[in-house]
Amino acid sequence: MSRPQAAWEPPQFFVKSVAIVAFLGLWELLPRLGWVSRSFLPPFSEVVRYLAGSLASGDLTRHILISLGRSAAGFSLALLVALPLGFLLGWFSGFERYVDPLLQLFRQTSAFALFPLFILLLGIGETSKVAIIFYGAQWPILLNTISGVKNVDPLLVKSARSMGVGHFDLFRKVVLPAALPTIFTGLRLAASFSILIIVAAETMGASAGLGYVLTNSQYNFDLPRMYAAIVTLALIGLGTNYLLVWLERRLTGWKQDILPN
Amino acid sequence: MLSFLSPSLATALLPALRRSGPADSRAKAAATAPVAGPAVKIAAQGIQRRFPVKGGPALLALEAVDLEIRRGEFLALVGPSGCGKSSFMDIVAGLTSASAGSVLIDGKPVTGPGLDRGVVFQGYALFPWRTVLGNIEFGLEVQQKPKAERQATAQRYVELVGLRGFEDRYPHQLSGGMRQRVAIARALAYDPEILLMDEPFGALDAQTRERLQLELLRIKHSTHKTFLFVTHSIDEAIVLADRVAVMTSRPGTIKTVLDVSFPAQRREDPLFRNDPAFIALRERVWQALHDEVDKAQDEERAS
Repeated sequence: MSRPQAAWEPPQFFVKSVAIVAFLGLWELLPRLGWVSRSFLPPFSEVVRYLAGSLASGDLTRHILISLGRSAAGFSLALLVALPLGFLLGWFSGFERYVDPLLQLFRQTSAFALFPLFILLLGIGETSKVAIIFYGAQWPILLNTISGVKNVDPLLVKSARSMGVGHFDLFRKVVLPAALPTIFTGLRLAASFSILIIVAAETMGASAGLGYVLTNSQYNFDLPRMYAAIVTLALIGLGTNYLLVWLERRLTGWKQDILPN
Repeated sequence: MLSFLSPSLATALLPALRRSGPADSRAKAAATAPVAGPAVKIAAQGIQRRFPVKGGPALLALEAVDLEIRRGEFLALVGPSGCGKSSFMDIVAGLTSASAGSVLIDGKPVTGPGLDRGVVFQGYALFPWRTVLGNIEFGLEVQQKPKAERQATAQRYVELVGLRGFEDRYPHQLSGGMRQRVAIARALAYDPEILLMDEPFGALDAQTRERLQLELLRIKHSTHKTFLFVTHSIDEAIVLADRVAVMTSRPGTIKTVLDVSFPAQRREDPLFRNDPAFIALRERVWQALHDEVDKAQDEERAS
């Protein structure tokens, strides 16, 4: 489809990568040209080399797996609790009216603010870390599931009812598919939250995990290691989001556009 | 003209069309002669509907609606906006219950929705996550028909409404007219005896609307179903219906019922709307409706 007078349209690959390449180029050049101290910002290639080395040796891999394990445990727990609860509260919206103010209050209470309390109650081990991720991740899942179920187009429900559909089928064949896109938005928020908060949880009293690597290498002024951990976290976040986008496209393929952000 | 019926399908679905002689006798047969059993298919008796209003007296939407729809008849319901046409249809569909009175279908009171009635809504109400075929299969799934049979039946109705080649499209990929065809096919697919249509063509442009009216005429003649068709278009009511019931402004009740006895062939004629008989009848319906529309508007201004 060529429009007359249209400017040259660069390939999609170029459009998507040019800003990142420019950023990485600056990261590489600034310390090399001596504009920024190398001891504070090692060139990108050095960080990559360090990252590759520590992945090969298994040093970083161990920490990655520990962090991912904690995130996944907290996220799965949140899914297990918040999804059924959200369906119930969304379906019986008469009850939801009474609970909603409390949910809003809890949601607005930062998980970070509660972390000292979690440590106090659950100790400094795995439980408190998984618990804090569970706490933070369940809100977007719960609230999106409630609103997804509550806001199903009443005409669709009416239309299905006119065909004599039973309660169970109404839920399975109408409410669930109609709510799925909203639920997925919640899942994506919860997943990115699980990755974000694990760092904070691991900087407070941990002996392993990417958050621990981050603070530990900062104390020891091992900056390539610190940057390697940062890059890893960024890649994990990006990867998780793309995984969920892929899943969402498969499950709700009837929706026109699902964008990665 | 529209050849949305494939030849093989036409023979399967329209034996009456093939066999019978002039169109006149066909129309009369559909309009008057019951296929079997008692002549009355739907009987609404003293239907009243109140809606509770916060901090005020209840709103009386329908007051003592008495209406009989004969078996195999096409009855159009017209009335000023807000007169409770849609409420009445919801009550017949079993989607809401009347505050007083009852609806009898074949002599049995309606207690809830059922597959003996197919409903087509103005807003199409298609499931956006289902394809054309999937949407049409919905009622058959409720009937728990086996998959192969469901697909075969749905395919037949896809062809009946002229959507062959669009089976795997999703509703958002279709035009408004095509979506309404899917909605009609979905309601026809599980073979209900009654079709309830609530301003089904209200959202369509004039050309699409006329085309779908003609297709509905053909479906009417090929299926012998009983139709209750809510519309605010007098022309549409006359083109399609055997009888036109005019409702009063709120609280709605039946003001008058007019017979429309045009043969099918004349209805399908593109110049039918210029026919003196058509114009005369439109004038009569318009007169009946006119006072009610004025009343409804006065009431709106007053409140």
